Amino acid sequence: MHPIISALKHHKTTVVLVALEIALTCAIVTNALFLIGDRVAAIRAPTGVSDNELVWAQTSGLDLGQGGKAGDDTAADMAALQGMPGVESVVTTSGLPLSGDMFSRSVYRRSGDKGSSLDNVVEYMGSPGMLRTLGIKVSEGRDFLPKEHVDYDPFKKGQLPPTVAIITRTLAEELWPGQDPLGKTFWQDSNGKDALQVVGVVDHLLNPQINNAQGIDRSFILPVAMVRGGLYVLRVKPGARGAVKRDLPEVLTRIDPLRMVTEDHIYSDTVSDFYHGDRAMIWVLVVVTSCLLALTALGVVGLSSFWVQQRTRQIGIRRAIGATRRDILRYFQFENLLIVTAGIVIGSLGAVGLNLWLMQRYELAHMPLAWLATGAVVLWLLGQLAVLGPALRAARVPPVVATRSV
Amino acid sequence: MLGYYLDLAWRSLKRNRVLTALMVLAIALGIGASMTMITVLHVMTADPIPGRSGQLFYPQVDPRPMDSDNTTPDPPDQLTWIDAMNLLHASEGVHKVAMSGGRVTVIPPQGASHAFFVPLRSTTADFFPMFDVPFVDGSGWTARDDEQRSRVAVIARDLADKLYGTPHAVGRMLQLGKYAFRVVGVIDQWNPSPHFYDLGMGNYTNQPEQVYLPLHAGLDLKLSTYNSITCWGGGYFPDDNDMRKATACGWMTLWVELDTPAQVAAYREFLVNYSEQQKALGRFARSPNTRLRDVMAWLDYNHVLPGSVQLQTLLALGFLLVCLVNTVAMLLVKFLRRGGELSVRRAMGASKRAVFAQLLVEASLVGAAGGVAGLLLAALGLWIVRQQPVEYAALAHMDGAMLGATIALAVCATLLAALFPAWRACRIVPARLLKTQ
Repeated sequence: MHPIISALKHHKTTVVLVALEIALTCAIVTNALFLIGDRVAAIRAPTGVSDNELVWAQTSGLDLGQGGKAGDDTAADMAALQGMPGVESVVTTSGLPLSGDMFSRSVYRRSGDKGSSLDNVVEYMGSPGMLRTLGIKVSEGRDFLPKEHVDYDPFKKGQLPPTVAIITRTLAEELWPGQDPLGKTFWQDSNGKDALQVVGVVDHLLNPQINNAQGIDRSFILPVAMVRGGLYVLRVKPGARGAVKRDLPEVLTRIDPLRMVTEDHIYSDTVSDFYHGDRAMIWVLVVVTSCLLALTALGVVGLSSFWVQQRTRQIGIRRAIGATRRDILRYFQFENLLIVTAGIVIGSLGAVGLNLWLMQRYELAHMPLAWLATGAVVLWLLGQLAVLGPALRAARVPPVVATRSV
Repeated sequence: MLGYYLDLAWRSLKRNRVLTALMVLAIALGIGASMTMITVLHVMTADPIPGRSGQLFYPQVDPRPMDSDNTTPDPPDQLTWIDAMNLLHASEGVHKVAMSGGRVTVIPPQGASHAFFVPLRSTTADFFPMFDVPFVDGSGWTARDDEQRSRVAVIARDLADKLYGTPHAVGRMLQLGKYAFRVVGVIDQWNPSPHFYDLGMGNYTNQPEQVYLPLHAGLDLKLSTYNSITCWGGGYFPDDNDMRKATACGWMTLWVELDTPAQVAAYREFLVNYSEQQKALGRFARSPNTRLRDVMAWLDYNHVLPGSVQLQTLLALGFLLVCLVNTVAMLLVKFLRRGGELSVRRAMGASKRAVFAQLLVEASLVGAAGGVAGLLLAALGLWIVRQQPVEYAALAHMDGAMLGATIALAVCATLLAALFPAWRACRIVPARLLKTQ
């Protein structure tokens, strides 16, 4: 048997403890790294609109009761907003990616077939020029034509909905997997009414909210003449956003003083606020992971120093009978590599188990095996770094120690 | 004896300050991280209405047509207007309260241009006694006010202070949109967390209702709706905002007080009978599909505890585990290094038991120091949580019980970690070590 391994057998307990600590750290750190990667990917997902060139607002009438209607001044509001310096264009929409409120419904693949439904599909509506103003890129097909925008409110009876829609790639894949969605038809009503023909497909457009039922980006856009009570979205030169946001409430209340501007935001702030929880989670994970790694490193330093101290005499003897400093250094480095590897093997099994358990409880994704490799490399480096100090100290032990009694 | 052990422990800890500091730091980090998250978990899962949560029940029935929304077997979260009224006026149940949330325009004495929105609750008279709402002035309205659609209001202390400059506002007039209401009661600071009786406002809202109106009087205002609404099979919103006309939408909430298990069983049976009767009348299409949950079960069903909080707690506990393994290793090193000293003590007559006790005293000293440092770290951690713009942030405070639990956890965990190293150190054969010296 190799001398390093037989030497390890002489202090089983401490070796097992170090391996156990490495294994636990490996299991936790691997999962934490995976979670960090997952959140970072979510934050970096494109919204599908021009994040840095939009300002949005929402107003509400005073709602004095008895069914008083709000938002009848929409056309006047839009004209006033259009006239603000720095504003390139204005539209009304039912929502923006990550802006909060959303409306979702069932759609049907086949006319009059209730079994062909796809539930919880998000519906966006927008007035003429919506795609251009928001900066949504049609990757296939075309934008809406002006005549396709009709008067429509899904909550009102007796209005005919638009007949065309632009859908996201994700919705296209779910409706007609692997087929060309352009020109195909789907239905908003289970009785075969309200058909919608697909005229365009967009690759990216996040939902106003991201949750399990509605998913991330499964939506369609309807062309309407105006969205009453919806969002005013302004395309603004990046430098003018602050001024436009500041002046916006005054411009709107000048049209109608009896109302409140309930929302007014620079869109990039909306996006950043939406991901606040994810960023906080990333910070927590980074801090805990760093503490964990630092602690494990200190533990390795402590035990390695103990071993070096315990074996000072043996090291002296080895040096006296011809081992070089490099041999001693290599010995401790290799010993550390062996123990850490054992810890990583057990820890990787634990990491996979932990991931499976978390998947069951928190609907997390499957951890790609690449994260195991990342965790392993991190711990190998950590182990080697931690053992370097004690190992160098061991290498400095002079051969003369062998001749001393203690 | 204990004094002597403490003295020995202090000397030993002083001898190797770096190792001691490392151990204390490891325990402090583990305890600080886990106690921060356990405290957050503790306040977030606390009973919002202690003592009564087991007697308050949330009934659900299933009025959906056969072909709509078959994704979930559970009935809709909220009741239709008709079902809410039927259940409210049925004889079963000790107390019952029906309600709906929204927002209302308050016109202050300065005029309409200073108007503002506040969260509104339209409800029935039993709301205040059932949920133990504290009053600073006046009281709730009566069942007669409910019937007569009286224009009376209960307002929150904050709103009374803002409008009238005093919490004693009973008898004052409150202008809500086009109508004036007479204030009959002012409630003290009251915001149960979680906001159990209506989760539609957010699970841990920090903007509780400011105005409470009798159900019909509130709905007569025909305000735009800001509550969560679920409609099925051709449900449309009425043009005049009067949701009472929307037959295929669930938007009402009902709570029933049931004091004994027999009453609970009877009410369950009543819900099934009611569903069968409604099916016979042609209103319900599905066979009886009912639920009756108490407060804690209702919160659990709605997953009010955010998954991220649970995950972070797990992470913190995992971290504590690693800290403890680390402490085991460090204590082992520390005790084994002192083999010589321990052998001398053994040779001079100390029993294994005495040495073991001495080592545990030393470990608990480390644990106590780690606990105190961990407490400071947990206080810092909770302060950071409170700075976050999340709705439960304000709740993150440590109480006396958690304070004691922190120290206890630290000492117990360290003692547990010390058991094995101390046992190993006791097994040293004194003669062998003394000989090599």
